[in-house]
Amino acid sequence: MYVAVKGGERAIDNAHAWLAEERRGDRSVAELGVAQIREQLALAVNRVMAEGSLYDPDLAALAIKQARGDLIEAIFLIRAYRTTLPRFGGSIPIETEDMTCDRRVSATFKDAPGGQVLGPTFDYTHRLLDFKLAAEGDVGPAPVGDTATVPTPHIMSFLDREGLIQSEPASDETPADLTRAPLELPAGRALRLQSLTRADEGFILGMAYSTQRGYARNHAFVAELRIGAVAVEMDIPELGFAIEIGEITVTECETVNQFTGSRTEPAQFTRGYGLVFGMTERKAISMALVDRALRWKELGEDDLGAPAQDEEFVLYHSDNIQATGFLEHIKLPHYVDFQSELELIRKLRREAHANIAQEAAE
Amino acid sequence: MQTHILEGGFADHPQEASRSFRAVMTAMARPGTIHAVAGAQPPAPLSPAAGTVLLTLCDPETPVFLAAGLDQPQVRDWITFHTGAPFGAAQDAMFAVGAWDQLPLAEFPQGTAEYPDRSATLIVELPTLSNSGATLQGPGIKDRTQVSLPETRAFQDNARLFPLGLDFIFTSGDCLAAVPRTTRVS
Amino acid sequence: MNVMSDPNAARKGWLGLLAKSPATDVARLWTGLDIAPAHTVLRAPEIGGVMVRGKAGAVGAAFNLGEMTVTRASVKLSDGTVGHGYVQGRGKDHALQAALVDALMQTDAAGAVETRLLTPLRTAMMQAKADRAAKAAATKVDFFTMVRGED
Repeated sequence: MYVAVKGGERAIDNAHAWLAEERRGDRSVAELGVAQIREQLALAVNRVMAEGSLYDPDLAALAIKQARGDLIEAIFLIRAYRTTLPRFGGSIPIETEDMTCDRRVSATFKDAPGGQVLGPTFDYTHRLLDFKLAAEGDVGPAPVGDTATVPTPHIMSFLDREGLIQSEPASDETPADLTRAPLELPAGRALRLQSLTRADEGFILGMAYSTQRGYARNHAFVAELRIGAVAVEMDIPELGFAIEIGEITVTECETVNQFTGSRTEPAQFTRGYGLVFGMTERKAISMALVDRALRWKELGEDDLGAPAQDEEFVLYHSDNIQATGFLEHIKLPHYVDFQSELELIRKLRREAHANIAQEAAE
Repeated sequence: MQTHILEGGFADHPQEASRSFRAVMTAMARPGTIHAVAGAQPPAPLSPAAGTVLLTLCDPETPVFLAAGLDQPQVRDWITFHTGAPFGAAQDAMFAVGAWDQLPLAEFPQGTAEYPDRSATLIVELPTLSNSGATLQGPGIKDRTQVSLPETRAFQDNARLFPLGLDFIFTSGDCLAAVPRTTRVS
Repeated sequence: MNVMSDPNAARKGWLGLLAKSPATDVARLWTGLDIAPAHTVLRAPEIGGVMVRGKAGAVGAAFNLGEMTVTRASVKLSDGTVGHGYVQGRGKDHALQAALVDALMQTDAAGAVETRLLTPLRTAMMQAKADRAAKAAATKVDFFTMVRGED
């Protein structure tokens, strides 16, 4: 039961004012600019864009500033802003094959055409705190190499050519959009992928890790991980043709997974797919593993009862804005609810005491 | 696309769309009341009121059914440029616009038990619109009111489908009125 | 698509370049052009979202990846030439300038706009891409196999 109560406006106003002051922090320390956040906390910005489901680095940086670095709060701000935008339409699906790769690695083929490009990765750092950064050490430009343009075809296409990997059926259908119609189960793969790409990174990471540890075994190899810029094209009705309307950085992960085949079908590898806004490789790899786990039904596998195979469990609990909204509402006033619980427990105790007293008397 | 097709949209989109949205909402909440709207100058034969409603309510995700009399290149192109709405058959339409006798009422989506809102809203172009003619009763109407509907039977049948059914916006010149599925017509 | 046979290739090229170029660069070069063509605004600059789509497994059916911010505008020059601008981000001036450039590129001013605005934008974009590609190239792995024993 909900009962409206009034009051507390002054306390709320003052709380907001104090929040603003705390956000600013010590005034003897220089204020953080939105451009500084965009440039120097780029991976936080990327996470906010991916889970906020809106590609706009300046807005994501502003949201991080406003949220005092609480990324889920920042994602909430972006989601709220997103709903105010008129939708001009949908893009033509991006061609990740044409990506200008900053990073491109394969765990399956050492000599992949196009080469293994490490990019600006943390992978080979020693995870030792760098105290030079505390002293505001400036850095020089990174070394440059020979830029003879070599095409970087998807590694999966080589396996596909040999028929070693399950193929992905193409389709011209407009995909369902969970931001427009409520998510209904069973969800098609398009809805699952949309849900996973905007899902909470921590949740998806945990789910993916569980598949590696044996809850729904689908031993995955990263066939390819690529990060870079791709153009976004859209059909413009007033022009009568498609134009590029921008360029975004995305992370794509394709996994090759084990598959034993059946009596009627020769053995083939299966695949999982991750595609996420920004430089977000932990999320993209996680997404590919969870995507693969959720495909058990269409691949004719057994339901092993693993959490990562459970579409309802994964899709209904992976959105951190939904989750935080429901979770955090329980700290708001529930005075009437609780009063009724109190009355009930007192009544039960009175009855129990009366029964004990009666038994003692008998 | 011809240049004049690109004209006649809202000059100040947020302001004009908000005003006309308010007018459509009030018309739906108070069935039979007549409201003047402004902002769109669509190509003939689309009325300014119908054009304004289309610009206010339609976007690339709302398929529009154009009745035969309006299914002309300049009308289609104008709607495409200013709203981005795709055109579709009656059974896929979220909005339909046209003359009363050119709208195949039985073919429009009436909603589903789970989602009664997944039904079409019909924008019906009338030669005139006045508070005389059919009697309206129901939610949003104090006692009763009158509005110049093209007939009564279709609205009685539609009201019986509640909570499913179609909603109607009537347009003429720069005026509009509405009859939602909750209104009883006699 | 065969670019040579596409009659819209040139216009696609400049519209895409204007969409992807930084708003500050477009604004600076537009001011430098010092052309103030008389025009009417057919569609006032409008900020909106476009749903970006990806393909399952990079080659399969489309799915919705998330939206991106886009600003668009349309103008008509006094001679009736129409220009459209669709640009990435939330730059109203950027969209309007893109629409004006699109219109001017269909007039006699095309040559001047090409040399003084589009060419510098294209050069800057190619330079930025080349710089990144060179840094990426420097991180390309050269494998060498260690000599195995037991000869």
